[in-house]
Amino acid sequence: MSEFRQRIEAAIPALRRYARALTRDAETADDIVQDTLVRALRSEHLFHGGDVRAWLYTILTNLNRNRLRTLSRRPTVTPINDNDAAVGPEAGSRDITRALDELAEDQRATLLLVVLEGLTYREVAEVQGVPIGTVMSRLARARMQIRAYLDGERPALRRVK
Amino acid sequence: MNDRDPIITEEDLHAYVDGELAAERRGAVEAWLAAQPDDAAKVAAWRSQIEMIRERYGMVGSEAPPERFNLARLARRRWRGPAIAAAAVVAAFLVGGVAGWFARDAEAGSRSDLARYTTDALDAYRLYAVEVRHPVEVSGDQRPHLVEWLSKRLGSPLRAPELDKMGLKLVGGRLLPGPNGATAFFMYEGPSGERFTLYCGRTSDRETALHYRTGDQNAAYYWVDRDLAYVLSGPAERDKLYAIARAAYDQIDLRAPQQGG
Repeated sequence: MSEFRQRIEAAIPALRRYARALTRDAETADDIVQDTLVRALRSEHLFHGGDVRAWLYTILTNLNRNRLRTLSRRPTVTPINDNDAAVGPEAGSRDITRALDELAEDQRATLLLVVLEGLTYREVAEVQGVPIGTVMSRLARARMQIRAYLDGERPALRRVK
Repeated sequence: MNDRDPIITEEDLHAYVDGELAAERRGAVEAWLAAQPDDAAKVAAWRSQIEMIRERYGMVGSEAPPERFNLARLARRRWRGPAIAAAAVVAAFLVGGVAGWFARDAEAGSRSDLARYTTDALDAYRLYAVEVRHPVEVSGDQRPHLVEWLSKRLGSPLRAPELDKMGLKLVGGRLLPGPNGATAFFMYEGPSGERFTLYCGRTSDRETALHYRTGDQNAAYYWVDRDLAYVLSGPAERDKLYAIARAAYDQIDLRAPQQGG
């Protein structure tokens, strides 16, 4: 197996994790990951070095953006609605999932790339094709909104460690 | 408290939480937080968000990837033709071009046939799969005649895939109206009576690999090979449906080079 492929293969678990959190749907997430991998393999000649993982996140982010754009254009044929059903009764999980649901796509992607995938702000800026200041403001808004959402949703609960 | 503490901005706080702050600034931020309960609460809330997100999604990253992500297999697809963009997309929507490194990658063609074909195919499936006495017009024991007849009506050479290895026998087929005129409809049946149908008609869409669409009880895989769109419909058991669609797809794909248009 070529080094390029080995690096792609090593990134699959992280891609699945990111896609799962980004879409909050296991099936959709794995579909996007598969699409991402096929794109990457097909475009090996377009890859000019650098971090394979960041490159894969870029493909995945764009594919998901296209998916959402298509979904919004065709609201009549989207029978997927069981995001929460699989989550179970664990309140903390359900809350963070819903809080993520509330975010704008770019904010959610930014937050997840930073806190779940461990990318630096600079890497996120490259993945998203925006200035680092935009990454910072997306991150700030995402965190502010999640906090407001969680506080508003369950005022009496406190997280106990 | 130290009067010479620099003013700490919100950006500093994010950088502090995300480990992006230069080491020499950390002490200043910590001192700031000790004196600013609002900011300290903010930082605590952000940390708790991080914890919840990692708790909820982190374990996906330590799962072994399923077999569908076998790179050698995924890579083979690209030799099937330049336009094949592999993979199933839930709700059967084509995925368009990718920006950035792939700015020049062409768009995945018209999206209309995909939606129309999967809708019509699932309608036909629901209508005929429950039919006991007359599910088909021409039965499967007349396979050559059936295929020849439908090929003639569609104006393209067809093939009814052999799915016996999957435990499915050909019940037969019928001619149906479809999005772009005459459409062929083949029905298969498994050992416990479960039915799968292959719906096939002309399209000008670019070639694609399998795309998944699911309804309440039924689901479908859609793909385009040369000038024909195919929809394999059946009960909404994704893995099984995928295996069958894949078998049909492979057989039809292998046939393609010999046809010469």
